[in-house]
Amino acid sequence: MPARIQIAPKAKAGEIIEIRVLIQHPMETGYRQDDVGHPIKRNVINLLSCRYNGVEVFRAELSSGIAANPYLQFYTVAETSGEIEFTWIDDEGNQGSERQSIEVSA
Amino acid sequence: MRRLALAAALIVAGTAFAQERAIPLEKLRSGYTFLGDDLRSLQDDDFANPGLLWVSRGEKLWSEPAGRTKQSCASCHQDARSTMRGVAARYPKIDAESGRLLDLEGRINLCRARRMGAEPFKYESEALLALTAYVARQSKGMPTDVSIRGAARPRFDAGEKAYHLRRGQMNLSCAHCHEANWGKRLLSETISQGHPNGYPVYRMEWQTLGSLERRLRACLSGIRAEMLPYGSPEYLDLELYLAWRAQGLPIETPGVRR
Repeated sequence: MPARIQIAPKAKAGEIIEIRVLIQHPMETGYRQDDVGHPIKRNVINLLSCRYNGVEVFRAELSSGIAANPYLQFYTVAETSGEIEFTWIDDEGNQGSERQSIEVSA
Repeated sequence: MRRLALAAALIVAGTAFAQERAIPLEKLRSGYTFLGDDLRSLQDDDFANPGLLWVSRGEKLWSEPAGRTKQSCASCHQDARSTMRGVAARYPKIDAESGRLLDLEGRINLCRARRMGAEPFKYESEALLALTAYVARQSKGMPTDVSIRGAARPRFDAGEKAYHLRRGQMNLSCAHCHEANWGKRLLSETISQGHPNGYPVYRMEWQTLGSLERRLRACLSGIRAEMLPYGSPEYLDLELYLAWRAQGLPIETPGVRR
């Protein structure tokens, strides 16, 4: 599951930083049928979590209403330098993860 | 008498010039201009444009060795950012060695067979779309400029004929919508001029990236005509005609469309 993550690599302590995530995923709704009429099983990313130096700062529960290749944008406060880690999982149990480091100056 | 002949020659030259374009340059409009603000800003966003997921994958594939020779695209073509600049704008193009007309997808697969000894990618496979999108992305902003001279000419003529051929239960040709009625409404949609300069495009209806051939098939299905199989020469002829028709429009790959 390829993904694109965008966070400013440098920030000042206390600054509100924007985080953008784009994950490649079909987000199969579970409401569709294949060419011969059999239902196609739902397979969506159902959980995405973002941890900043191990502490969860954002969590999203997604379901059938979200389009393919979901794009999320959220904010957090820059505190200390370290790593921001993203993990997500879909209905079939496939897990994806990305990490990016951030440098925070006082 | 001489003056009269000169005037006549000028008129002939004038009409010949007018026929050099299907749509006058000042009226030429990319599919982008027919979109709403939301999709235009999505295409323009260098992070969130979903087509860039395929471009990123293509970038990785570019330097991944494959086939008997264990070579990658980069083994011959080095850095795509400079060597592939402007390439997509000149496709479809005749391959000098075989005399075949190739679109970018066809060129990639021929390279795999000829230079890498690798299996060709399947039409519409994620890998082929990714590599095509990555190569085409390097020509972003460059004007479409295909050659219809020499061996390309008969293929162009066939493409022009195919473009104007009525087909399917609705008995429509491409020209009935995209030449005679662009800018008007088809239910909730505005009919575009039908240009190929953003392909492969991320299409909302597909929820994924797709090739120009896939789009042509969607149009054929829309007019209830028979969809030719992927890789049919008629698609290539049409692709060449479409590229010529879009002459001058900048490459937008990966475009975002409805």
